[in-house]
Amino acid sequence: MFWQFLLHNARVPERERRERAEMLLELVGMKERMNHTPDELSGGQKQRVAIARSLVNHPSMILADEPTGALDSATGRIVMDLFHKLHEENGITIVLITHSNELAEETERVVTLRDGHIITERAGQRYAG
Amino acid sequence: MLVENIKLCITGLMANKIRTFLTMLGIIIGIAAMIAIMTVSDAMNSSVMNSMGSMGADKIEVFIMQKGYDETTSREMKTKDYFNDEMLKDLKEKFGNRISGIALSKDIGSSRVEKGKSYANIQLKGLNPTALKSENLTILKGRSISEKDEEALSKIALVSDKYVEKLFDGDYKAALGGEIEVLVDSKYYTYTIVGVYQYIDGGISAGFSQNDISTNVYIPFEVAKLQVDKGDLYDAFSLKAGEGTDPDVLCSEVQDYINTKYYEENDAYESYAYSMKAQLKQMNSMLNTQKNAFMAIGAIALLVGGIGVMNIMIVSITERTREIGTRKALGATNNDIRLQFIIEAMVICLLGGVIGIVTGLIFGMAATKVMGYHGTASITGILACVLFSMAFGLFFGYYPANKAAKMNPIEALRYE
Repeated sequence: MFWQFLLHNARVPERERRERAEMLLELVGMKERMNHTPDELSGGQKQRVAIARSLVNHPSMILADEPTGALDSATGRIVMDLFHKLHEENGITIVLITHSNELAEETERVVTLRDGHIITERAGQRYAG
Repeated sequence: MLVENIKLCITGLMANKIRTFLTMLGIIIGIAAMIAIMTVSDAMNSSVMNSMGSMGADKIEVFIMQKGYDETTSREMKTKDYFNDEMLKDLKEKFGNRISGIALSKDIGSSRVEKGKSYANIQLKGLNPTALKSENLTILKGRSISEKDEEALSKIALVSDKYVEKLFDGDYKAALGGEIEVLVDSKYYTYTIVGVYQYIDGGISAGFSQNDISTNVYIPFEVAKLQVDKGDLYDAFSLKAGEGTDPDVLCSEVQDYINTKYYEENDAYESYAYSMKAQLKQMNSMLNTQKNAFMAIGAIALLVGGIGVMNIMIVSITERTREIGTRKALGATNNDIRLQFIIEAMVICLLGGVIGIVTGLIFGMAATKVMGYHGTASITGILACVLFSMAFGLFFGYYPANKAAKMNPIEALRYE
């Protein structure tokens, strides 16, 4: 229900809205919970729904501000894998903000900021070499 | 698109039923108050207008009034100050068809007639044929007073069914031909009963016990004239305007004519005429003003309700900041957001209005029943209230909706 009115604002017809919502939720593995209300979801599940929501208008880029901050490592892993999938299979650019060096190394390019200034810029370890 | 919005809106409102209800409560009470007041006022007004109107909108009352308001012209009335038969004959000649009848009455007095333990309060009066006719009496037994009685000066009387109940135990047969003896100012007046009429409670007797209601006993006019002092002098009479005559015009003409011809030189008195029609108009407008005043008070309640709606909407919008931000992020325009909240406000007000109308009608109808009036619902009034509550929604929802619409999506998304 929540979905329908979100997509409603992008002037997408009813059926297409439902289909797209279903597809995206399936992509993030939340299809079974499609008709649940937000307070029936865990933190990780909410985060996954949020990711699905950000994909709704076919973005070419996703800004992810500390997406795994409040999550346990297992759930965090699921989220990161999702990002990788979106990047590699769908060609979506992910801009990840994180305090975790580990996660930073999973990216193609790592830009380090301190007090608002760029300190370093280099390739991430996952893609280096 | 609109339907979607409304559906979404209702889903949202149902999500927090208690808050929605409390928000609507102000509107409900305001509208209910206005509808109840309107229903009761309308019922009372039409009841008053009807009973006044049944007295005949074509009637003109003429009576003797003091000239001037100060003490210097004040003195007791003398023979020359009264209306008399000659004047009335003159009037009838002068105005011809424009006057269809002159009604006169002579009161002998009020008294209590007793028979053993029972008693009846009565008013003894003589009405001339025109006056008797306009009383529209329903004769239950026997007959009414006729021209022959007037000519023969027969000492006969017409009594009410209430009188027969009290003094003849309801036995009409025994009453007809029976005697009625009335004591007024230490003088006895005796008549033979020839007819019984039906007494209709005009509402004036409300508050008096059934036993003490006073009914009229009618005797021939000419007889009454003979039995009292100044029998052929009158201090008041009423005219019935003829067909096609405007009572207001006739009224002033009659007054001017009488005053010019008979009271020009009179130092203390003159005639005064007023038409029922003018009275009715005045009464009607007074009642309407009263009704409007009461409704204005109800409108104050509505205003408070509307402010309540605006208040809750502002709170609600603040709580839903993130939701608004998310919607904007997904593509909602400012107009979309504004529309969403205006519709929410209008739906609340409309629902509240409908519930208020139903509640108000229930109260109004119940109240009119209790008061004994006829209750009617004014369709235009109801429609007006519906439109009014929607307009309220629009007005009181606009400011909060605008606030929501102008939110910066990025700030909104960040809101905790």
